[in-house]
Amino acid sequence: MKLRLVTLALGAVMAAAPAMADLVFPSLSYRTGPYAAGGIPFADGYADYMTLLNERDGGIGGVKARILECETGYSTEKGVECYEATKGEGALVYQPLSTGITYQLIPKASADGIPVHSMGYGRTSASNGKVFEWVFNYPANYWTGASSAVNHIIDINGGDISGKKIALVYHNSAYGKEPIRTLEELAEKHGFSLTLLPVDHPGQEQKSQWLQIRREKPDYVLLWGWGVMNQVAIQEATNIRFAMENMIGIWWSGAEIDVLPAGDKAHNYKAMALTNVGADYPLYADLQKYVVDAGMAAGAGDQLGTVPYNRGLYAAMLAAEAVRKAQEIHGVADITPAMMRDGMEALEMTEELMTSLGMPNFGPSFSVSCENHGGPGLASVTQWDATAKVWNNISPYQEADMELINGLIAEDSAAYAAENSIEERCN
Amino acid sequence: MFYREAGDFKTSYAQDAQTFPIAFDRYRYYAVLAVAFGIIPFVINDYWANAIFLPLLIYTIAAIGLNILTGYCGQVSLGTAGFMAVGAYACYKFMTGMDIWLMGSEGEWVRYALPPINIFFSVILAGAVTAAVGVLFGLPSLRIKGFYLAVATLAAQFFLVWLFNKWEWAYNYSASGQINAPTRGVFGYEVTGPTAEPWAAYLFCLVMVVGAAWIARNLTRGSVGRKWMAIRDMDIAAEIIGVNPLTAKLSAFAVSSFFIGVAGALFFSVYLGAVEVTEAFGIQKSFLVLFMVIIGGLGSIFGSFAGAAFMVLMPVLLKNVLVVRMGWATDLEAHFEFIIVGALIVIFLIAEPHGLAQLWRLAKEKLRLWPFPY
Repeated sequence: MKLRLVTLALGAVMAAAPAMADLVFPSLSYRTGPYAAGGIPFADGYADYMTLLNERDGGIGGVKARILECETGYSTEKGVECYEATKGEGALVYQPLSTGITYQLIPKASADGIPVHSMGYGRTSASNGKVFEWVFNYPANYWTGASSAVNHIIDINGGDISGKKIALVYHNSAYGKEPIRTLEELAEKHGFSLTLLPVDHPGQEQKSQWLQIRREKPDYVLLWGWGVMNQVAIQEATNIRFAMENMIGIWWSGAEIDVLPAGDKAHNYKAMALTNVGADYPLYADLQKYVVDAGMAAGAGDQLGTVPYNRGLYAAMLAAEAVRKAQEIHGVADITPAMMRDGMEALEMTEELMTSLGMPNFGPSFSVSCENHGGPGLASVTQWDATAKVWNNISPYQEADMELINGLIAEDSAAYAAENSIEERCN
Repeated sequence: MFYREAGDFKTSYAQDAQTFPIAFDRYRYYAVLAVAFGIIPFVINDYWANAIFLPLLIYTIAAIGLNILTGYCGQVSLGTAGFMAVGAYACYKFMTGMDIWLMGSEGEWVRYALPPINIFFSVILAGAVTAAVGVLFGLPSLRIKGFYLAVATLAAQFFLVWLFNKWEWAYNYSASGQINAPTRGVFGYEVTGPTAEPWAAYLFCLVMVVGAAWIARNLTRGSVGRKWMAIRDMDIAAEIIGVNPLTAKLSAFAVSSFFIGVAGALFFSVYLGAVEVTEAFGIQKSFLVLFMVIIGGLGSIFGSFAGAAFMVLMPVLLKNVLVVRMGWATDLEAHFEFIIVGALIVIFLIAEPHGLAQLWRLAKEKLRLWPFPY
């Protein structure tokens, strides 16, 4: 033990010594607390992808990637500590996986000139690149997620959902409140009625919300939960025998760990998805060979192939591709955060590119521009098969009601710009 | 050797009644002030300000506030975070321009907006608003005591958090319910917002802490504090000797809530910059401040500093030692943090139930006799 501590200390000293050029990716993860169920696989996927690039390709463009992990426990205070502790090390992009911490970092990171990529969370109106220079939320955000879920309901109802009742069970925080505005507008447009049922942090207590659902019998339930709240919501829904195919979760409420506790009863539960499901990609063979078999997998190494793990892989892949783009634009291998931002803004995801990375059809094809930091808002619908214990993709990537959402984004970002006296860019 | 009165002659009552009657103690106090004002602002960076000093100073104000109520007046409160939320939201409204809706001559609603108020006065006004709210929730203390009062203040905690989550006016109708502190400054130096210099934010909070500690120390030394302590020690006896429980208890609630409100306002505006009421001002924050007061020492201003330092610095220290220096996995460290901090709390309270302040007092007694104890 003593020897091990000495080696660990030595290793720390060596790691702390001014290293050669490297690309620093801070990972503000949460492996503890009520949201760890989603935080662990995401952080593992993020770290494993970078490890793979280092081991297989020798880094990105010849420069090694370095993951700086910092535990936030989903707490904004610790998030601030982590941000301050890691930003000095040349952090290229922050992906805090928490809407609260993202709100915290948007002004700070913008002032410090470090990009923030809140993939499928955070402040939705940040997709307006004219106002939010340093913040990105491609390929989809909460408003497109809400709209895609409603579009799916429209599809299965043959185009007309007027008079239907939809209930939104949401985490009573900035995260859960984000889709409400969009859903209210959509309710007006399509003529359905919307019931709002907030669930307080951490979400273990939902009896009264589901009693209300039992009483009001909504046709559909949208779930905007995270962490332990998802498991409880799905369990409670099965307890009141709510038809699971009429319950649709956002992409943060659609992991294996959310549905497994409810057993067979969770069969047919649906969730939106940012990425494709499963482990059937050439990339996984490489992961197995270079990372898992080499004993370098992050965490316990038992999360491969789960939905949040795939999302971590995807987030890391988008970051790595943005680095490549930045290296291409600026012609230097060891890029700065400002160059990273240019790379993110010029990012173009195509099917060929994903195939060449060993991830065919893993995510949607999209491109980012100076004005549009949010991508096209593509999401698919997945459904849980409780007997085979797998998620199945049941729809292609569909576009959301962008006309309506763009209006809302323009309105909200204009308010932010006025509040902080920001001049519009990209003109 | 240290802390001795010998040779330290007083020639007036004012000298005899000063806060630090022992010369050595007084010089130590001046030295701390000199370091805090004269050295730290020049060496502070973003990490030290945002991860260590700002939370330390702000939690100290909250701990002083709760110490006045619980430590000096004996009224147990679990509503601290709720009152901090009042301070934060009041500060937000004052610094962004309080808007009010009034009925116009035609019977229509007209929106009037006050101009944004300077951040210093916003914080003070936020304290005043919190004091009023605190008095309101302190009224039950005239009829109920002990655990029952704790439950009543717990109701305040849950009600206030619910209110600020629900009441759109409080967060200026923002879609997410978050409040964001815009850039504001004093004397032309920014203290809030992302571009504020760390030394400016630090000095702003330091001035508030020194002011709070100075007021609290002098209140507790005077007749007001003696009334609070009389109520704490035995309320019936205090009433018989002429202490009015109504004014004593409510003044304790008012002063305590004022400090807690100031702490909440700073916590939001200077430290975090963006706040979500359920996350930042949940029940666990009430317990955190209560633990600071208990570990630091009930009924001691120094204890508020010591308790806040213990609870703020220990996790940061453990993280830096275990993760950064020794390379532990972050989750392992996070679990160990609970174990180590929890064990230290238990050990401290077994070794010294009166908190770190009592340890400090004992240390001073020992130092007086050193090096020749008898």
